[in-house]
Amino acid sequence: MTIEDYALIGDGRSAALVSRAGSLDWLCWPRFDSPPVFGALLDPNGGNWSIAPVAPATVTRRYVDDTNVLETRFTCETGTFVLIDLMTVADEKDKGLIPDHEVLRRVVCERGEVELELSFVPRPDFGRLHTHASADARLGLRWELGARLFTLRSQVPITLDGERARARFRMRAGEAVDFSFTFDEEGPAVLPPLGDHARARIERSIEWWRTWAARAKYDGPHRHEVIRSALAIKLMSFAPSGAIIAAPTTSLPERLGDTRNWDYRFCWLRDASFTARALLSLGYIEDADAFCSWLLHTTRLTRPELDVIYDVYGNKPIAERELANVAGYAGSRPVRVGNAAFHQLQLDMYGEVIDATSQLAYAVGTLDRDTQQLLREFGKYVCGHWQLPDQGIWEPRGRPEHRTHSRLLCWVALDRILDLQRRGLLTRVSADDVARQRAAIRADIEAHAWDPFRKTYVASLGSADLDASVLLMSWYGFHPASSMRMRSTYDRIIEKLGAGPGLIHRKEESLRAGEGAFWLCSFWAVEHLALGGGGLDEARALFEAACRYSNDIGLMSEVVDPTTHALLGNFPQAYTHVGLISAALSLAERARQTLPQEARS
Amino acid sequence: MNWASWLVWGFAGTVFLTTLMVTGQGFGITRMNIPYMLGTMFSANRDRAKALGVLLHVINGWIFSLVYVAAFHVWGGPTWWKGALIGCVHAAFVLTAGMVSLPGLHPRMAGTTQGPTVVRQLEPPGFLALNYGRNTPIAIVIAHVAFGMILGGFYRPL
Repeated sequence: MTIEDYALIGDGRSAALVSRAGSLDWLCWPRFDSPPVFGALLDPNGGNWSIAPVAPATVTRRYVDDTNVLETRFTCETGTFVLIDLMTVADEKDKGLIPDHEVLRRVVCERGEVELELSFVPRPDFGRLHTHASADARLGLRWELGARLFTLRSQVPITLDGERARARFRMRAGEAVDFSFTFDEEGPAVLPPLGDHARARIERSIEWWRTWAARAKYDGPHRHEVIRSALAIKLMSFAPSGAIIAAPTTSLPERLGDTRNWDYRFCWLRDASFTARALLSLGYIEDADAFCSWLLHTTRLTRPELDVIYDVYGNKPIAERELANVAGYAGSRPVRVGNAAFHQLQLDMYGEVIDATSQLAYAVGTLDRDTQQLLREFGKYVCGHWQLPDQGIWEPRGRPEHRTHSRLLCWVALDRILDLQRRGLLTRVSADDVARQRAAIRADIEAHAWDPFRKTYVASLGSADLDASVLLMSWYGFHPASSMRMRSTYDRIIEKLGAGPGLIHRKEESLRAGEGAFWLCSFWAVEHLALGGGGLDEARALFEAACRYSNDIGLMSEVVDPTTHALLGNFPQAYTHVGLISAALSLAERARQTLPQEARS
Repeated sequence: MNWASWLVWGFAGTVFLTTLMVTGQGFGITRMNIPYMLGTMFSANRDRAKALGVLLHVINGWIFSLVYVAAFHVWGGPTWWKGALIGCVHAAFVLTAGMVSLPGLHPRMAGTTQGPTVVRQLEPPGFLALNYGRNTPIAIVIAHVAFGMILGGFYRPL
């Protein structure tokens, strides 16, 4: 299976990847960064749960409209069946007895007769954790892990063979079979009934997702892609805290066979600004509020200094380590858990956090006293540290540099503080000092990050390399997109970093290293064009070209191989989906502006 | 009978027993959650069941501690080791007769003979409550012995 063969399901606290072949190859319980129960995504012996026809079949799949409920249709010579995959979700009002987590898989035979085979091999933490398996005629198959319990139940008989479960069964048109896999650790397990009750849980989950999707106030172009992206982001948000993880996987390689395989099951503060914009603009005020509350609560622990990465509860992520004897995706080793980038100095985060907070403040019209104090402390920190070299947005593990993007975001941090003060949302700011520092940052960028010969902004102060992140200068309002400098920078970036239709490398260094195209950069380029750096048609064409690389159900990764168009890197990637939404919003805004006055009114 | 002493130390013993059991859950030793099990007898609402269960558990603790106090009175007065012994007997009763008969008493607990239904979805504890983790009997014995030791050690007859 390749990365694009996977679809994501989840319940707002954990997520699973299901392949086109009907195999659940990745599932971490009880939360995103827990060790996997099924890890076949990264190792053939990592455990999986497959439900597939015995005979060869053609496969099509889709998400049920406006939901994260997956339908995979297998068409064999003798018959057709649909495999419905979901993690059940319930409304706040519905607080009845429910398991801590449940993956529900329902097979419905639509035509003829089919024979199916089930293989169920849980291998917690790639077999490092040992379970005790047992079978009970009424309570189902049970795998105990300490006091934690995994239970598998179905209407068809399943045989336990050691730690592995198997079944082979026939279905005729009109018949349905359910498989409920649950996890409990809080108390006595809840064993939800099958049959009609399982169908009711599916309908309830569909309703829950549709209600959430219907709250999106977006009627612009590419609505399908925007809503799918919003649903994907919702799958990566941790409901109890409001945190949003970067991706639900670890160690999917940015380049096949490479060693740059990282654990993305954590929350990067860097994604804050675009995420807040996406959620707020789509009308998800509650989600944006929860996200910003998590952001501010989390950062209080280290204030005024920020770590780069936090776990879903705002703690430090687990220490990075390599898992020996795990094969890796397509042999890409090592497989890592934890992320060592958390202690890097990345000054751009201050701009991201302050910008996200200011967006929410503009939306709700207020800032509480604690948050004001926090912003003042962040502002003071930026004033005192913006001249330092850092690791910046791409988190290289080499020496720190004076990065243009980090300088830009320091400028954004101070600019937003001044703006909040001007609007009366932030008090007790020494505006003159902040304005002086902001002007100094601008002068520094203009003097040292602009290459007058190539007529482009560059990656680091005084360097010759290009970097697509400088395209964000127009998004953050540092320069109008239509300015000579930004237009010229865009041209140089496309000329040098362009990787085929709709694809852009993130920096020249990546190009030299043979990395794929960094998908998010395509949407930054769309933003630049939509904001006035080019024509609307040009922006639209670029957007559509970039969207074409998503898989058949609209999910996107971090990187695209420009030659094979294979998806690479952790999957799906929240930041790429956030980028898509933001770019679509900018396109819609530009389209409104270009309408004749009468049409707009 | 010293009613004030019974009230205070019956409550303290119950709180300590509950703390030990919750700590056991936190460390992955057992899924036995007595307040949750008691609460779900009266409410299917998970949150309400937990809150109600804590209240019921405290009341239960007082009732059971009355039996302990009565035993101390007929057994020549309270000592910590007598409390521990009674706690052992109490735990043995809970783990055997109590757990096996629970599905019959609990309206939302599945039976081992008929399995879960729409109403009865809660996993039954089974013999020695082993369904809730293989170390559950140890956790229950330790918690009840501690409960008995607190009562035996601190309860003072008039």
